[in-house]
Amino acid sequence: MFEKKHEMLRKLAREFAEKELEPIADEAEKNAGYPGELWHKAAKYGFGGITIPKEYGGTGGDYKSLAIVVEEFCKKDAAASSLLMSNSLSGAPYLYYGNEEQKQKYLKPMVLGEKIGAFALTEPGAGSDSGATQTTCLWDEAQGCYILNGRKCFITMGPICDYAVVFAKSNLEAKGTRGISAFIVEADWEGFSHGKPEEKMGMHASVTSDLVFNNVKVPKENLLGEEGEGFKIAMGILDAGRVTVASQGLGIAAGCLDLAVAYSKERVQFGKPICKLQDVAFKLADMATEIQATRLLVYDAADKLDKHQRVTMQAAMAKYKAGELCNSVAYKALQIHGGYGYMQDYAIERMTRAARLVSIYEGTSEIQKLVISGHLLK
Amino acid sequence: MKILVCVKQVPNTNEVKINPKTGTLIRDGVESILNPDDDNALEAALQIKDKNEGTNVTVISMGPPQAADVLIECMAKGADDAILLSSRAFGGADTWATSNTIAGAIRKIADYDIIFAGRQAIDGDTAQVGPQIAERLGIPQVTYVEEVLKCEDGKLTVKRQLEDGYEMIEIPTPCLLTAVKELNTPRYMSVKGIYDACEREITVWNETDIPVSPDEIGINASPTKVYRSFTPKPKGRGMMVEGTPKEAAAKVTEELKKKHFL
Repeated sequence: MFEKKHEMLRKLAREFAEKELEPIADEAEKNAGYPGELWHKAAKYGFGGITIPKEYGGTGGDYKSLAIVVEEFCKKDAAASSLLMSNSLSGAPYLYYGNEEQKQKYLKPMVLGEKIGAFALTEPGAGSDSGATQTTCLWDEAQGCYILNGRKCFITMGPICDYAVVFAKSNLEAKGTRGISAFIVEADWEGFSHGKPEEKMGMHASVTSDLVFNNVKVPKENLLGEEGEGFKIAMGILDAGRVTVASQGLGIAAGCLDLAVAYSKERVQFGKPICKLQDVAFKLADMATEIQATRLLVYDAADKLDKHQRVTMQAAMAKYKAGELCNSVAYKALQIHGGYGYMQDYAIERMTRAARLVSIYEGTSEIQKLVISGHLLK
Repeated sequence: MKILVCVKQVPNTNEVKINPKTGTLIRDGVESILNPDDDNALEAALQIKDKNEGTNVTVISMGPPQAADVLIECMAKGADDAILLSSRAFGGADTWATSNTIAGAIRKIADYDIIFAGRQAIDGDTAQVGPQIAERLGIPQVTYVEEVLKCEDGKLTVKRQLEDGYEMIEIPTPCLLTAVKELNTPRYMSVKGIYDACEREITVWNETDIPVSPDEIGINASPTKVYRSFTPKPKGRGMMVEGTPKEAAAKVTEELKKKHFL
């Protein structure tokens, strides 16, 4: 499944994570954000455009490459996958549904690290149920533009985004998800405001907030795809997005295992390192086995994406499994750390809080089970 | 400007252990890496390339076929071309035969302004190959280069590291410089660089491709034979004795008595 380039990418991503991410991970967590120079550095080495074609500043690489980089980054810093968002949620809507002008104007600057994008689907009353979207973006003949009103919540990069793809109802008569369209909305337009950064349980370095729209004038050329295609666009990029989040869960789990192995070799109790105690050693064995099984699931889904096969069920399985796994591995790894693991001085504390998100966002574990069982029972 | 960079694939010596019975390196399962000083040499060349449009950087290495890996890595960092000198005839070479081989390849390339090499390789620590190449080519050299101060047409100004100071040296091109780790911080490969490098061909030359005679290369042309390689036995664990001189002396006396030396 893997080629020479994949081995080299893993080496690159590992080195970057060890030298650039790990040393500042605690500080980024405390400061709730990465320094601007890290975004530029990540873009300079091409991480912003792994899967984005060369004409838009990227490499045009495959999803296995993206999964590898996400895994290696998240081993050291779970929130660091936000540096890669232009490959997935922030960038994919433009790549697959945008016209050439939109790709040049909005996608390329994100890939080059000059701008930060966001994907605004969730609302206070519309999480897993996109049909309940209340944000509207209605055509105003008199003004010759769309008028956007509403509020989006839990938007990753919300506080610092330069623009966002916003999903809103453009046809109030169409039922359910059918009247939803996607619009590109720039943050410095009148009526656009960033909400207060959310104080989350974990992943503080990956910033989150509401986006609020009050009579924002959206030009016609900023409609992404066709009117009424919004839900299709959101769902169309979900499979790849889920594989990316699954890679994040995998990376967090593998990182927690690394921490547990290292700590269990150092920590001496009863006259010997605790890794010599069978219960600890067996915990490590269980963790490693589960991680490897999940790794195969994740890379199989990524490989199928690369072969342009339909992966909805495989992506849901990978996301479900990795989301649950990183939580169970983090729990065991913290248990091995004992009281020290509960202290913020130890990376396992940060990783454990981060893990909790992976089984929730981009479709909860329960939604993934709905998707998987739906495929089995159709 | 044309720059050549001599690089070597080495085992990551942080992980290498020596077999106490045979005295040889245990290389099984040990990762192979680009020699760290050579990475600084490459970075110096790439920095000159960044500032001088039209500069071409060619990396050159001698080694088995798998040494191509470090050449691909160099291209993924920004080198333009790579040449691997690989043949059974080159095997078992010491620094004498190695520098003969590499100098032969450079004679074939003919057109170059600067040759960069790392100060030394972490698997042998000889620091001989770079200087020997310069001698064989009859070009000037500066070793232990810590900074390239000026890069002008036909000459360079460099800062040379000494044990107790520095030398500022102006040197005409073509010349050879050996790099120390203080010279720069090597860049990473880039994602695009990796994809591009994996698509490119590496030129492989054997003894028939370069102007060297068979008696100048490989094990038969190597006057140095490594008789034995070993790690000195670790000394016994020391003990720290604290307190005033009188107390410390008392404790030492007590310990020596315990061990029946007194």
